[in-house]
Amino acid sequence: MFETSLTWNDTIFLLQGAGTTLTITFWAVLGGTILGMLFGLIRATSPWWVNAPIGFVLDILRSVPLLIQFVLANSFKSILKLQVSAFTVGCVVLALYTAAYCAEIVRGGILAVPPTTRRAARSLGMTYTQDLTNIVFPMALRVALPSWIGLTLGVMKDTALVLWIGIVELLRASQVIVTRIQEPLFVLSIAGLIYFLMSFPIARLGARLEKRWREND
Amino acid sequence: MIELKDVQKNFGSLEVLKGVSLMVQKGEVLSVIGGSGSGKSTMLMCINGLEPIQGGQILVNGTDVHARGTDLNKLRQRIGIVFQQWNAFPHLTVLENVMLAPRKVLGKSKREAEEIAVKQLTHVGLGEKLKVYPSKLSGGQQQRMAIARALAMSPDYMLFDEVTSALDPQLVGEVLDTLKMLSEEGMTMILVTHEIRFARDVSDRVAFFHQGLIHEIGKPEQVIGNPQKPETIEFLKSVL
Amino acid sequence: MLNYTFHWRPAFNALPDMLWGALVSLQIAVLSMVIGVVLAVFLALGRQSNNKFLYGFSTGWVELARNTPALFQIYMTYFGLGSFGIHLDSYVALLAGIAFNNAGYLAETFRGGLRAIPHTQTRAARSLGMTAPQAFRLIVLPQMFRIVFYPMTNQMVWALLMTSLGVTVGLNTDLTGVTQDLNVRTFRTFEFFAIAAVIYYLLAKLITLSSRLFAWRLFRY
Repeated sequence: MFETSLTWNDTIFLLQGAGTTLTITFWAVLGGTILGMLFGLIRATSPWWVNAPIGFVLDILRSVPLLIQFVLANSFKSILKLQVSAFTVGCVVLALYTAAYCAEIVRGGILAVPPTTRRAARSLGMTYTQDLTNIVFPMALRVALPSWIGLTLGVMKDTALVLWIGIVELLRASQVIVTRIQEPLFVLSIAGLIYFLMSFPIARLGARLEKRWREND
Repeated sequence: MIELKDVQKNFGSLEVLKGVSLMVQKGEVLSVIGGSGSGKSTMLMCINGLEPIQGGQILVNGTDVHARGTDLNKLRQRIGIVFQQWNAFPHLTVLENVMLAPRKVLGKSKREAEEIAVKQLTHVGLGEKLKVYPSKLSGGQQQRMAIARALAMSPDYMLFDEVTSALDPQLVGEVLDTLKMLSEEGMTMILVTHEIRFARDVSDRVAFFHQGLIHEIGKPEQVIGNPQKPETIEFLKSVL
Repeated sequence: MLNYTFHWRPAFNALPDMLWGALVSLQIAVLSMVIGVVLAVFLALGRQSNNKFLYGFSTGWVELARNTPALFQIYMTYFGLGSFGIHLDSYVALLAGIAFNNAGYLAETFRGGLRAIPHTQTRAARSLGMTAPQAFRLIVLPQMFRIVFYPMTNQMVWALLMTSLGVTVGLNTDLTGVTQDLNVRTFRTFEFFAIAAVIYYLLAKLITLSSRLFAWRLFRY
């Protein structure tokens, strides 16, 4: 018979960790999506001298390990003597990181709308804004939404890294328990299962959506 | 010799070949004509074992193609096939396309394979295009390359599956010329084709396929010039 | 207002050490990609297999790799495998974790790539007398690698970024590990990690650039 020292309280502790994971994910994705839409729109519609610097900064956010970004932000906070929690730092860094990816998704979606379609819209007498809101955005959304779902799940998994700046989320919670009861495989498996349950159904949904929209084209 | 005895083939409930019997002698050119979906292309796939059959027997050089113990890879070396879609290997140059099978399947050295490939490519008029990738060739040139690729295995038989159907009209001639050249050299060929006039010119015999059966077979002047069955007359009227 | 003085000199003095660390990071990234690509080919084939076990095994691998954090996967290879009596040192555990992750993501990419190659290519190869494995290796695989080359490059960059996670399982020879050691000794966190960030950025660009060059040389058709 399988025996474990994992207690009911430990399980609650793990679930609280999962709650933290979801909370951080929520704020990061919310902030990241708003910023990302803004940057993506600017990138898709601006001349190169606006576009290039923004693109450069966003590229840096995508090319430096997230772990290093957390450490840098945390130490910068201390340098400025800002009175903000590690939780806030984690959310802000992740939001910027999310924005960097989201901007590319939004930009890709907008650029995927064929110029001929837009010309057709304009030729019907639509204004630039009408063209954007009635033609471009709805079409771009179909291209972007599956990628955006993928991004959200990616961010959810990346929240694990905030453990390095002292936040107890799901993975860190499992590590704390492992240290006490010394059953790494079992406890980590539970953590993995929780991650899987949070991610897999949404991933499936995204894949279905993508397939259906592609078939309709 | 290729011999088909009462061959039956179906895809699920769809009967494609309903008992086809046929014999092709060495050195003979047989053209197979008939409407789309009459089963003539499927027959070629069955002859070199790319498609399994459900009944009957196919013998090539006396070997039962669909018998359990038959080494199909060995057998296919004896039977070259060229498809409607020429299926050039896009990642290899023209020369490499033709060299690949002699090297990897027949185990020839690089030098030998190259010699064979250059000879066959020159033969079909592509001697100037050796280092070019297929994407830079016209459809007719790609199809001739596919012919050279099959010939490089020095097969006993060549099967051609509507090799001009996917070509632009102005490119059909160069491929037909290549086929004619092969027939004059005495290659044993089965030619599934829509080019009725060409079939009449090059074939020793012509077979008319209709709904999975051979309705008429014989000399071209007989089957095409003086058809007996109403289906044949109908078909020829629609294409000529 | 800002009463903190940046001390860049000690950080620059440590640059040689950090560059050595960068080399280790790059080494892990490259190795994890090589292992990942080979595994991914088999996983992609397994995903198309009719054999229930092969299908289940590869699907399980792919879904696990894609639906749990990379850091979790590294914890599994480092802490989790201990329950089976397998004790990997942090370098190997990190490498195994990233390779596992690469394989899962690449398998899906490869599966898409394989589907994009017309079945007639295999048929043409078989008609020339090639065996099924020959046709796959000589005709299908080279074409697939062209289709998936760009996503593969992205995965390579991610592999590099993932190497930074080694520090969480005690690796101190890669770039992040070396930087962390320096940080613990000097508490000049910002300076050291800023330089590390720049090195990572340059490495990522190096990967992107060299793979473009490589693709240009390789895919002439």
